[in-house]
Order: sequence, then C-alpha cells, then structure tokens
Amino acid sequence: MAHAYTPGLRVARSLLVRKERILPLKGDVLVKQGDRVNANDVVARTQLPGDIEIMNMAFELGCEPKEMPGKMMMGEGDPVSAGDVMAKTSSLFGLIKNDVRAPCTGTVETVSDVTGKVLLRKPPIPVEVKAYVDGTVVEVRENEGVVVETPGAFIQGIIGVAGETHGPIHILAQPDEVLDADRIDASCAGKVVVGGKLVTLAALKKAQELGVSAVVSGGIHDVDLEAFLGYPLGVAITGHEELGLTLVITEGFGEIRMAERTFELLKSHEGRTASVNGATQIRAGVIRPEVVIPLESAVESEHDAEGTMRIGDVVRLIREPNFGQLVEVTALPSELVKIETEAKVRALTVRLADGTELTLPRANVEVIQA
Amino acid sequence: MAEPRSILATDCGSTTTKAILIVKDEKEGYRLACRGEAPTTVEAPFEDVTRGVLNAVQEVEELSGRRILDENELLMKPEKSPNEGIDLYVSTSSAGGGLQMMVSGVVKQMTAESAQRAALGAGAIVMDTLAHNDGRLPHQRIARIRALRPDMILMSGGTDGGTVTHVAEMAEIIAAADPKPRLGGGFRLPIIFAGNIDAREFVQEHLGSKSELHIVDNIRPTMDEEHLGPARDMVHELFMEHVMQQAPGYGKLSSWTDAPIIPTPAAVGAMTETVARRENIQVIGVDIGGATTDVFSVFEGEVEKEGEQPDLVFNRTVSANLGLSYSVSNVLVEAGVRNVLRWCALPIDAAGLGNRVKNKMIRPTTIPQTLESLMIEQSIAREALRLALEQHKQLATGLKGVQQQRTIDQAFSQTLTGLTLVDLMALNLIIGSGGVLSHAPRRQQAMLMMIDAFVPEGVTRLAVDSIFMMPQLGVLAELHPEAAMAVFWRDCLIPLGCCVAPSYGRAKPGQTIATVAYDGASHEIIYGDMQLIPLGEGETVEATIAPARGWDVGAGRGQPHQSTLKGGVVGLVLDGRGRPLTLPDDDAARRELLDRWNRALDIYPD
Repeated sequence: MAHAYTPGLRVARSLLVRKERILPLKGDVLVKQGDRVNANDVVARTQLPGDIEIMNMAFELGCEPKEMPGKMMMGEGDPVSAGDVMAKTSSLFGLIKNDVRAPCTGTVETVSDVTGKVLLRKPPIPVEVKAYVDGTVVEVRENEGVVVETPGAFIQGIIGVAGETHGPIHILAQPDEVLDADRIDASCAGKVVVGGKLVTLAALKKAQELGVSAVVSGGIHDVDLEAFLGYPLGVAITGHEELGLTLVITEGFGEIRMAERTFELLKSHEGRTASVNGATQIRAGVIRPEVVIPLESAVESEHDAEGTMRIGDVVRLIREPNFGQLVEVTALPSELVKIETEAKVRALTVRLADGTELTLPRANVEVIQA
Repeated sequence: MAEPRSILATDCGSTTTKAILIVKDEKEGYRLACRGEAPTTVEAPFEDVTRGVLNAVQEVEELSGRRILDENELLMKPEKSPNEGIDLYVSTSSAGGGLQMMVSGVVKQMTAESAQRAALGAGAIVMDTLAHNDGRLPHQRIARIRALRPDMILMSGGTDGGTVTHVAEMAEIIAAADPKPRLGGGFRLPIIFAGNIDAREFVQEHLGSKSELHIVDNIRPTMDEEHLGPARDMVHELFMEHVMQQAPGYGKLSSWTDAPIIPTPAAVGAMTETVARRENIQVIGVDIGGATTDVFSVFEGEVEKEGEQPDLVFNRTVSANLGLSYSVSNVLVEAGVRNVLRWCALPIDAAGLGNRVKNKMIRPTTIPQTLESLMIEQSIAREALRLALEQHKQLATGLKGVQQQRTIDQAFSQTLTGLTLVDLMALNLIIGSGGVLSHAPRRQQAMLMMIDAFVPEGVTRLAVDSIFMMPQLGVLAELHPEAAMAVFWRDCLIPLGCCVAPSYGRAKPGQTIATVAYDGASHEIIYGDMQLIPLGEGETVEATIAPARGWDVGAGRGQPHQSTLKGGVVGLVLDGRGRPLTLPDDDAARRELLDRWNRALDIYPD
C-alpha cells in the first residue's frame, strides 16, 4: 500500500510489541500459551526434507539405464548408510566385480531406468525457531508457531544487515561522534553497541572479530558497507547475511547525527537486553530493521507510525541539499508549488538552523515523532 | 458483442489501483472520460483487492458525475442512462508481486529460452531458468527451486520424438525439490509441461502426484519451430484458476469482470502488439518503474527463404532489478559510476554519488529537489533504459540452432542464427512510460532520455504514455479493439515528435551528414550537433531526407529516404551525433558537448 512507504520511522518509548514466531513448514510448537520465554528459548521446531544426492548409477555400473534395476540391491524407500553397497555388477565371467556404495546416509528416493540416476534423500534438517524477545506466549498456532508479546521500547532503523540477535545495550559514542575502531574492545563482546553519526569499516571489522552482537549507528558510508558485506548492495532486501554481527543504521548513508530521541531512548536503557534484527525489505510490504528493549510494563498505547505534519513540527530533510538536517515546518501551502527542477509538487516551507527559509517537496521530509 | 457505450477498466498495481472510464461520444467515438485511483488493498488490514477497486471507482464516480456502484457497492451493468451504470468492466493485475515463475528446458539457448519467452510474454517475472547446461550441479538446482517458491513452473525441453533423457532428468530434479507454491500453502504447485511428446508419460509419473500438472503442445516441436501460444494460454488459465484465487479478494473481482483478469505486463504487451499489427509498424515500449523495467517490442521476424514476407514477432523482457527507487542502487552497480556520470553536464562528486543513490533507495518516495539532483536521476534513467534494452536484445532473437536453407550463392556467406530481431533502423515508434519519463518536468527531457538510451537510427517517432493507461487498454483490446485503439491514440499517448538520426557514416564535426527537406524548406543535419525544429502535435510533413555519402537514414547508405514526419509536443529532433553514439573521454570536453546539446533542445532551465 502506498502509505506504507510514508517516511517516519517508529521510535516508541514503550508499547506492546508482538512478534510472530512461525516455522517455514509445519512442525511442533514447544511452548504453551502463557509461558514466559527468553529470547534464546526454542519455541517451535520442525524438520525440513533432507538434501538430495544424485548418483549416476548407470554410469557407475557401466550399463544402460534399462539394465540397471537388475543390478540394484536396494529399491525406492530403502534406508541406506554411507558406504552401504547399493548395486553390484561383474564382468569377465565374474573376475571383475564392481560395487557401488552409498556416498551418504539417507533413503533411496527414486531409481530411474530412463535416466540411469538414483536419488538419495539425506536425513531431515532440523529447524528451530527461537523466541527472539523476552516475553510471554500470547497465542499458539497449532503446528505453525507462536506469538510472543512484551511491553518494550521500540526503535526502527532505516536499513540494516544480518538477522536476529540480542545482548545488553552499551553506549559507545555520542550522537555527533564517529564510532571508530578505537572505541571497541573485548568488553563489547556479546553486546549491542550504540552511537555515532557514522560507524567506520574498521569499527565494524573489529566488532565482528570480538564477537559484538550488534552495532546501532546513525550513518555509514556506502563504500564501507560494500567492503563489510564483500559485495555492493543493489537492492535493499537484507537479513540473510551471515556476518556474525547485526548492523542497524538509524538515519541513512553518510555522516548523519543519530536522532536525539533515538539516542536518548537507547541510552536510558543502557545495560538492559535488547533484541535486534537487521532484516530490511524496501518493497511492497516494507520491513525495517529494529531494536526491541523488553520492559516490565507499557506506558503508552501503540498508535499509527505515520505522524501528521503541522506547522511548528520538527522534521528531517531526507534529500539533498542539506540532507539529514533537522528543521522546523513554517508553512504548509495547499497549492502545488514549482520547485527548482520546474516540477510542480505538494510542498512545505521549513526554517533551517541558520534561520533561512526553504520551500521543498513534502516527499523530501521525514516526520520526527514527538 | 453489442457495442458498449461505456467501459470501466481497472489495473490493480502493487501499490495503486487505477480506474479509467471510457465513454462513447456520438461525434468523437470512444474517449477517456476520467480516471481515478486509490491505494491497492491486497495487504493487511484490508486483504481484499476489491476494496481498492471500489475506492478507485468511487473517485471516478465523483469526477464523472456518473453513478457506477449501487447501494450494495456492486457495479451497475448495463448502462441505464449516460449518468448511471456501465456496459463493460475489465481488469488487469500485478498486485501481490505479480506472476512469478520458474522455467526449465534442456539447452539454455534453445528450449529454455523458448520457455522464457513464453512466460515473459504471458506477463510473468521469470525468477530463474533451469537448463541442462546452466552450469549448476543438480543439488544446486534443487536448492534454488526450494528457495524461490514460484507461483508456477513451465517445463520445456526436447523436440518431439527426440531423446527423453535430459527432460526426464529435469523432471526428477523438480520432483525431488518438491516445490511449494508462494501463495496458498495447502495447494499443489501448478506445473506446465510443454516439451517432448515422448517424455509426457515420464513427467506424468514423476510429477503428476506431486503437482498440479498440465500438459500442452511442445513449445519447440522441431528445432525450426517455436509455438509459444499453447503454453502462454495455459499460463494465463492457471494464473486465473490458481494464483489469482489465492490472492485476497480476486475470486470476487473475477466474478465482476467481463473478461478474464490478466497480468498487467501481459496486457501492456497485448496493446503493443495490437498497435504494431494494426498500423503495420515496428515498436518498442518501455515502462521504467521503481523496482523493474519492462521492455516490449514488435519487430519483423526472420524469414526462411528470400522473398518471404516476415511476420511481426512480439517479445517482452523484464529487468527485475533495474528501476529508479527500490533498485536505483543496482543500476549504479550494473552500469558503473562512470557510465552514469557521463550523461551529467554538471561536475558531480563521484565519491558522494554512492551515498546519494543509496539514500534514494532507502527512502524511495523522495523526488529530485535541485536541478543537479534531477540531472543525476535522469542520467541513471538513461543507463537503466540502456541496460534494459541490452537485456531485451539478448532474448528478442530468432531461433538459435536452426538449420538454414541456403541457395548456392549464399553458401559462402555465413550468417548466424538467433540474431536479435531488434533493428533500430527499422524501428518506427518508441513508447515510454513510468514516472521519470511521464512526469519529467519538460517533455524534451523524456524525449532525449529515450534517444540517448535507445539510440534510434533513421526516422523514429517517440511518445509517452502519460498516465500509464496501456494495461487497461490492453485487456480491453481483447474484447473491443476499436475502443482500445481509439482511446490509445487520442488520450493515452502524448506524441513527443520525431527523431532523425543518420547512422554508420564518418564525418568531421561541423560537416553536413544529411538534409531534411519538406514544404520548400531544408534543414541540414550537422555532425556532432543536435537541433530542435518546431513541428507541433497533429502536424505531419512528407519529407525527403538525403544523407551524405556513407550515411544511412533508412534507405541504405547514401540513399535518399522519403518519410512521413509526425510532430509532437517537443517537435522534430535532428540528431547529428552519429551512431554508435560516443562521448569524449575528457570530462571538460564531454560536459561542454552535453551542455551544447541540452541548450539546443532546451532541456533544462538556465
């Protein structure tokens, strides 16, 4: 839906956070409604069908595919262990014998006298889903998973990489400082480190080496992200990266001071455990990275993330020039306004920090939620 | 069917549902009456596509003053009076990610490519193409099928009566992957088999119980033939029966429509093809969006024997990650910073470009605020369009591996099979759509972006589809081509004008490479220059274009060419830059040249 992309990231002091924890295939739910769970607890488990090993059996036996069944010692559905003899052949009046052995443990899935191939299905792959946040199981979906709920502080980032993790919050830099490698040491291991208008490549690498759980920072240079990932990020669909470190950027690319409200909220919970997910999908059904800090109780009710803009509100400029600046809305003209490019757009007028006024497209500002 | 007096057509896009009302006027025939739009409602909290359709229709009601919905929010059909009801309702859809398919074949360049053409022509996004020679190991193919979860799979492979082994292997691989459909967890995945007739039994045995298997005629019954029709029709049927039925609200929507709902790109393709066939012209259509760029083309196909009349061949490709918001960063990755910046007349900080582009990717709804920003966006658009056409050329080809009949005198002139059908000299019309083209602040910006990206040769008309009405007209064309064509030419297209671009020759800057003469006037095309000659919308002139020696404008090197030049909101562009179009390596010289061309065509404000 169009309004899903409306700029304005959620930064909430306290609300009821609900997380669906669903298996990729049907399986077993290990907890019941009302159970208290910790982020690391396994709440559901299933088994994915095992991988397939394809054997070119006719080739191995040195025969035509249609001659193969007579030489097979196992049929479809039979279990095999690695090294078991699956087929035998002999030639030169039995002087030369050839045994074909199973390359892995599994089950014979198909034996084809057309292609001469035998497909072995390896043992099932166990898949576990963890609670991700400390909370209470409020809903059980039979054979599918659960919903875990907790009161908590909730912060959305603009882009992230790598998946779910958790750890205690540790503030490393002020919002206008650079989070560089010097600030990271062994005491950061297992923690969610926070701060800065920019995180450097050296800092990310050191954090990765020392086993830091997550880094939350205001900005990053695109060249540093590319170097950290090992490839250029073409589209913002992330979360699958296996980096051993989750990264959440709260403001954007370049040096951008972390929003005061975001920083203060994280700072006020320093030492508490936060659950962090870098998964981002900027397409229909938008997903933003997040930091969830479970609390004992919720003090404000959840409300719609998209704030309404009014004169006097503080907004962030999200397009050049003056990218990243916080400014005050001074007018919201209803008629279309012709801007420098000659495009006629819905516009607003803002006052910059130096007092000058600027008229720009409404699409180019982001509401900072009060 | 009886001639409808009023037609309602909707297109349910992934973000917006657009409705148009077409009304027959006694004097003018079919005309667009008005247009309404509303957010698409496939996702939570509505999860019913018809809500967005009704909202868009309500906007049409308000703007037109015509009552279309009754008190129960049902379409009032047929029309009761000019202010009440409609006679016909049709719809297209790309909501919920459109139609996502995997295709397979035996040889990547032959049967797999044919399957790819059939799926793309049916309006699908092809997520992956599996083939015996795709360079992957069997377990890698299985992992890929499992990971992608397509809406359906189209299997091809082998000519009728040929070996079944390779097709059988692919069937085994698909069966082993046991793929699950993307939507509707409890349903079996639709698989279409359009391969070797002798492999049907094997495929049925291995996939019949694991999938919703449908067998149709072979897509390549012989190496020399390609029959895409049966597979394409089956894709449409299964799209309606299975995929659409899983999407929220589509059961209801399909009960309202007078023709089957078809995927949006299939409808645009149908419209492009209808236009080309009716006008007997060769056409390229392009839709550049935020995430993807679709290219449609209709060009003359190959002929087996000299003197044969070639058929017009339709092709469609979708470049999944070439777009100007969600995929803008990928354009930079694929094209390279240097290729993007070569189109900028202003000096741009290359180091900062990466951050700028990524900030657009993560905040896709922002729009260029400064002239510099607009120039960068339009430069990226040129590269996205260029790359999309390159990808299109790779697939819009004649059949590869075909045995050609040669006469004695041709025996020594070796020609390759499977060459691209895209012939930029023969191209008559380019239609552009998508925000960056349709909403460019000046129309000449859209025209120059398309000329720079597609580098048309000879005489080419250019137009933009200002409000992207082609999907609705495409589905309407299936039922009522007269109405669709009338609205297409009168209300859908904004003619930009004509481009005359002499090609292939050599000259020094300042030399005349062709002369365009009409109505007693003569305009020289100067090598290295661009000129804009007034030729307004609705104006048409019969021109004689005389190229200099070695240059071609459509009738062969050095041969004069008679051509009808049609005007538009921009006019007649005389492109003397030569083909291939090259820009100086030196930054200052390049910027000076771009600035000169921009000024000649009045591209940007001073």
